[in-house]
Amino acid sequence: MNARSVDGPLILIVEDEPQVRRFLRTSLQAHGYRLLEAVTGAEGIRMASQYVPEIVLLDLGLPDVDGLEVTRRIREWSRMPILVLSARGQESAKVDALDAGADDYLTKPFGFAELLARIRVALRHARRAEPGTDEPDFECGPLRVEFDTRRVTVAGAEVHLTPIEYKLLTTLARHSGRVVTHKQLLQEVWGPQNTQDNQYLRVYMTHLRRKLEPAGSSARIFKTEVGVGYRLECP
Amino acid sequence: MDERRPTPEEMLERAALEEARSGRGRLKIFFGAAPGVGKTYAMLEAARARKRQGADVVIGLIETHGRRDTEVLVEGLEILPSKSIDHRGVTLREFDLDGALVRHPGLVLVDELAHTNAPGSRHLRRWQDVIELIEDGVDVYTTLNVQHVESLNDVVAQITGVHVQETVPDSILDVAAEIELVDLSPDDLLDRLREGKVYIPAQAERAMRNFFRKGNLIALRELALRKTAERVDAQAVEWKREQGIEEPLPTRERILVAVNHRQQSADVVRSGRRMASSLHAPWIALAVETPAFDRLPEEVRDRVSEHLALAEGLGAERLVVRGERVSDEILAVARERNITRIVIGKPTHARWRDWIRGSLIDELVRGSAGVEVVVTSGEKSEREPKRLAGSRRRSRPAEYAWALVPVLSSTLICWVTRPIFNLADQAMVYLLGVLIAASALPRGPSLLAAVASVAALDFCFVPPYFSFAVGDLRYVITFVVMLIVGLSVSRRTVLIREQAEAARQRERRTAALFAMSREFSVEDEANAIARTALTHVRDLTESDAVVLLARDGKELVPLAGEATGLFGTQRELAVARWVFEHGRPAGYGTDTLPASETVFLPLVGAAGTIGVFGVALGQRKADPSPSLRQLLETFVAQTALALERVLLREETSRAKLAIETERLRNDLLSTVSHDLRTPLASITGAAGVLLEKSAPLDEEERRELLETVKEESERLNRLVGNLLDLTRIESGNLRIRKEWVPIEEVVHSAIGRLSERLADHRVLTELPEAVLLAPIDPVLIEQVLVNLLENAAKYSPTRSAITVRAAAAQDAVVCEVMDEGRGIPHGEEQKIFEKFYRVADGRRAEGAGLGLTVCQAILRAHGGTIQAENRREGGALFRFSLPITGETPLVDTEWEEVRS
Repeated sequence: MNARSVDGPLILIVEDEPQVRRFLRTSLQAHGYRLLEAVTGAEGIRMASQYVPEIVLLDLGLPDVDGLEVTRRIREWSRMPILVLSARGQESAKVDALDAGADDYLTKPFGFAELLARIRVALRHARRAEPGTDEPDFECGPLRVEFDTRRVTVAGAEVHLTPIEYKLLTTLARHSGRVVTHKQLLQEVWGPQNTQDNQYLRVYMTHLRRKLEPAGSSARIFKTEVGVGYRLECP
Repeated sequence: MDERRPTPEEMLERAALEEARSGRGRLKIFFGAAPGVGKTYAMLEAARARKRQGADVVIGLIETHGRRDTEVLVEGLEILPSKSIDHRGVTLREFDLDGALVRHPGLVLVDELAHTNAPGSRHLRRWQDVIELIEDGVDVYTTLNVQHVESLNDVVAQITGVHVQETVPDSILDVAAEIELVDLSPDDLLDRLREGKVYIPAQAERAMRNFFRKGNLIALRELALRKTAERVDAQAVEWKREQGIEEPLPTRERILVAVNHRQQSADVVRSGRRMASSLHAPWIALAVETPAFDRLPEEVRDRVSEHLALAEGLGAERLVVRGERVSDEILAVARERNITRIVIGKPTHARWRDWIRGSLIDELVRGSAGVEVVVTSGEKSEREPKRLAGSRRRSRPAEYAWALVPVLSSTLICWVTRPIFNLADQAMVYLLGVLIAASALPRGPSLLAAVASVAALDFCFVPPYFSFAVGDLRYVITFVVMLIVGLSVSRRTVLIREQAEAARQRERRTAALFAMSREFSVEDEANAIARTALTHVRDLTESDAVVLLARDGKELVPLAGEATGLFGTQRELAVARWVFEHGRPAGYGTDTLPASETVFLPLVGAAGTIGVFGVALGQRKADPSPSLRQLLETFVAQTALALERVLLREETSRAKLAIETERLRNDLLSTVSHDLRTPLASITGAAGVLLEKSAPLDEEERRELLETVKEESERLNRLVGNLLDLTRIESGNLRIRKEWVPIEEVVHSAIGRLSERLADHRVLTELPEAVLLAPIDPVLIEQVLVNLLENAAKYSPTRSAITVRAAAAQDAVVCEVMDEGRGIPHGEEQKIFEKFYRVADGRRAEGAGLGLTVCQAILRAHGGTIQAENRREGGALFRFSLPITGETPLVDTEWEEVRS
């Protein structure tokens, strides 16, 4: 243990590259996080159960076990947020890890600001997921969703959505800031027995975007994570 | 000076001869008139002399015949163990060719050149062993008696009355670098014989009464002397030609020897050879296959092949043509090949046959114009074997019965028309019947129809009626004329039909050859060529066949399938190997390794033997005819040429590919080293300055350096990304995962990913109203758009517009990325897609020039295309199209809205 801060959230880094660990250590400690470091997957699983960190940063290219296995083993007993770090071209590994329960991912090389944002989102969701928390209205830039009345407005103007579009929107809103994979969306919107293909999801997403995103502007609410899924990202 | 120089043809000939001799061993023949003149002795003495000079001398096989003074000379020389071959319980000692090849001495002594090897040896004859030795670079000393020389064989037989079976082709005398005549006067030889120096006394006694009569010996000695002199003469001519000494040039004679199936034809061939060699003329042995020839029994037809093979062995070119009339074909070949002399055997048949069939010699002489026709005699031989009954298809009884049908019909017609027709008309009706019979039936039945017609006419219509008796002598003349006309009509008709049949067969073969050549011309792969050749050869010969190709000049590998069955056996493979190494046919029907079921023919291309063609002719029921063999050889030659063409092209493209790969690697190395190092230099430089404590930096400077580090790192990341993409695509490791994706989703995500880099430009999108689905790998197509957008941003001024347009086209989605930059230099619209290509217009733009290559590779993998062009209004336009294959899935969208 080399934590400096005493009260900041505890982060477990599972990463075999010393340079990346050094960069993460210095920058995250400077932002008040406490750090645990594991070099192998096995060590990561052990430390996760021993210290129960608030968030795990997990590299997908570990020398011993793959990140997917680490994710599964942690998910067996804990819902602690897992942030997957991967290189480009590992889309399917990423999707597998996300479908196995990882919360989000970052593609190497990533900017530190991006990392901090993801950590914050993950921590926020982890804390909100506690039972009893009532869902307030969702606001994201010009978009506003009132869950109790099922009203959706963009810059005050009401937008009419179909039931599926609405469900899609609320699912993404519930995970706002986090990536939601195609599979997760299909299951949440069409139900666990869905037989639909990705193209259904894609077409509905296109409709949803056309209705909710300001035309001709590059400001986007829904971000496509190509090959992975979608992310509702508020500006 | 110039006029004395040899003509180019002569120089070529000489060069060819030199070439043939270089790298080969020298053959020296100790030549004698009869056994006992001391050839072996002379050979051993010469060998001992060579050994004293330091040569590596080995005795391959020596027959000392128990002669003591010869045995003394053998002592001290290395003797190669002979090979024992068991043949029907008798152990035969044979020269061990393989042992000699392995031992590979400088000089090997092999006695008795004309010896016939024991069955089971590689070659039928010892002289073939010797040829193989000298081809392998081993010098050979050997002995030979004059009566064994092929072209003198019949002369010797005439002199001595003894027909020698074991002959060697004259060409081996031409191969020999040196011929030493071992001469002994007949008296001395007879003395030696009496002293028991040649044979043991009992044998000597018998020998002296038969072969070794003084008259014989004198004649044989003369022959040997003359043969040697002939060769010395030839050497002198050669030498003079070499030296450029003027020599009255021999008129360029060309000799044609007509060969047929008669036994004396072999003697005609030998006379032809004698004539050709004394005139230094090239010669052709020609056989003409006529329809009549086809009707001869198999073994008689085979003799033609034997005679042709004999001629070939004597140095002739063999030729088989098909035709109706022998004389016409001979004259046609003579005209085509500028023949000056036609050699033909004396007729042996009775004179009356010439009256009926015409005399071949007469026809030749009349048609020969300037060509000399030489008629030579052969020895008297047994009469031509009768045509075997089985050789021609025996006519069935039913056919004889059918032959009577037109006769009966004619009789009926004549009976009905009796009141109007006279005898002449009736004869005509019968002749018509004969003609009909002949046009449909074989020989026998049509002849029966002719005879029966005459009989019927006599019986029914000539008084006294219903009797064969003839009342008036006039009618006899009518009958004779009618019989002659009837017979000749039927004969002619049958002949024409048979000729037509033969022509059809020939036509089929020519067509097969033509078809094969044409099929070859469209094939560009060795296996396909082999498959085509095999199909045709199997059809042609009705036997199994195989093509073996030498890969890397060594291993013989079967093309177009496995070498199975017969061709897979060790024995057949050994034959194939031998054929490949020696470039000569071997196996079934040849003189080399004839025990094999298969004949292997070398596939000889322009640059040497490239492989072997094996045909299992031994599996056929009947031996192939000479013309079939010739056609097979033509097929094989065609196959060789086609295969060589393909192999050469493969080699060329391989070489080209190697060069291309090498060039690419060099490009890659230089580009990668430059493009990777440049950003690295900036990063390390900036980091170094930041770490340096001695020079304090203000906040602004620090920030600038840090931004450099960040930007350069991103640049490196893009380069590495493109390199990886390209490597994955090109190595074939990239799997395209196609899904139906709305094209606007990919467009938006690409623009989103590049938001920072596009911040200085206005990005416009023109997308279709309807959701346009395309079957694509979204990750890869997004990369295409990212690369195109990056390029657009890189090559166009800030604040200019970049437009992305997508639209549906016929079975495709077309995307365009347009900028307002300078566009692409004229003529480089294609080059920009090449690896490491960057537009050279003075601007220094970052990137390794891989972006567009990656785009092209991705689109190719999708079956799409990408082009670049300049817009009329300025700027570059990149257009790519993605094919829409398969049914676009229907997505039923609901219309009910969420709020009620």
